[in-house]
Amino acid sequence: MTEIKLSSLTKRYKDITAVDSLSLEIEKGELFGLLGVNGAGKTTTIKMLSTLTAPTSGDAEIAGFSILGDKQKIRERIAISPQETAVAENLTARENLKMMAGIYGMDKDAAEKKIVELRDALSLGKVMDKRLKKLSGGYKRRVSIAMALINSPSVLFLDEPTLGLDVIARAELWEAIKAIKGELTIILTTHYLEEAQEMCDRLAVMKDGKLITVGTADEIMKEADVDDFEAAFVKLVKEGRS
Amino acid sequence: MRWLAFTKRTAKEIILDPLTIAFGLGMPVALLLLLSAINSGIPEGYGPSNFKIENLTPGINVFAMSFLTLMAGLLLAKDRGSSLLQRLLTTPLTAVDYIIGYMVPLIPIALLQGVVCYGFALILGLSFTANIFLAILISMIPALLFTSLGLLLGTILNEKQVGGICGALVTNLTAWLSGAWFSLDMVGGAFKTIGQILPFYHAVEMQKAILHGNYSGIFIEGHLWVVLGYTVVLCVLAVVLFTSKMREK
Repeated sequence: MTEIKLSSLTKRYKDITAVDSLSLEIEKGELFGLLGVNGAGKTTTIKMLSTLTAPTSGDAEIAGFSILGDKQKIRERIAISPQETAVAENLTARENLKMMAGIYGMDKDAAEKKIVELRDALSLGKVMDKRLKKLSGGYKRRVSIAMALINSPSVLFLDEPTLGLDVIARAELWEAIKAIKGELTIILTTHYLEEAQEMCDRLAVMKDGKLITVGTADEIMKEADVDDFEAAFVKLVKEGRS
Repeated sequence: MRWLAFTKRTAKEIILDPLTIAFGLGMPVALLLLLSAINSGIPEGYGPSNFKIENLTPGINVFAMSFLTLMAGLLLAKDRGSSLLQRLLTTPLTAVDYIIGYMVPLIPIALLQGVVCYGFALILGLSFTANIFLAILISMIPALLFTSLGLLLGTILNEKQVGGICGALVTNLTAWLSGAWFSLDMVGGAFKTIGQILPFYHAVEMQKAILHGNYSGIFIEGHLWVVLGYTVVLCVLAVVLFTSKMREK
């Protein structure tokens, strides 16, 4: 069942085309990876899908609702964990989660139950009552993802979730993402190709705002005619095939 | 009630910034002390009447409220520079929810400013009357005016610019053009005209009238209407500009 449908989605900033007529479909429950070098248009795509910025032309539907006309309905169903850690640094992890629960209009009991669930799923037990500014980057990122999951969204956008984290924190965060995989549709952008290959059900490669290819890691390697996913990515991006 | 969750968070951020609160509360006390000391050295019948405690206190209270502009502006500008706001913009919160969320936590601060200012004035010789409570109550209108101005500036300026404009320009404009330190008539001309066009002078005169028991005095020269008008216009502008900025995002 299609959860997200992009139809010629385009974003132009003056004379720069950040996203150029992007069309693709993402299935419900899929973990979908958006790959590309810097400036490929991944973050702009996520910003348009999460209603943060309006497309110049084209449209996208999430759960049947258009990003052009049904923003409020989409906002009730999606969540985003932006590239930078989007948390209230002066509040504790628990207070951050309570704030998000309140913003989504959850009642107290439902919020408490969900907070306990997320605390356990993302291993936040030790840090629940600590202010975010005192936590490591890895913990902040996990709290950021927990905040995104508080309203049980049907679609979660993770923009570079492991950016700037050390190896251990990155591995732990991927474990956390694995734990929620399948429960909702996840669209993530990352530069870590090995992890994307291992984690994602399907991947799309973008270059200069255009979609170069989309498919499973195996399909992409086959298309590039190489045995290594990183080599396939480099080859496709350099050739700029579409 | 989505705004309530955001309001609680804003309130916590304000409480965790004690330096700004200390400035907003400490500055009027220091000024009351200083200007009262100056006044005590002036023989009766000489010098400006502004420095008499019953005239000075409303002016100092309005001046203290100019720090609300700084607090509101900094809060919003800081949030705009963070990715937390980016996250929140994808939630069902509306522009009005945001503005209420920033505005409501500053009302208790404004009340506290009034209590501290008038409380200290009582120690310095202000006669106790029920009009003090009414003066504090009516000061909530300029409090909303200064908060709206802060939100407006916080929407269009960055944190550094807000610090400069709200911290220096707005506070100084309030001090000079409100007639708190010296009567606008003393300077006259364009200075007086500008002072009367802006809301600060009217905010002070409105509070003075109430404090002196001259309740109908709030309508002289349209004091109440000028302050209310500016408050409504600034508040609506803040919501409209914030909505427009949200769309830009």
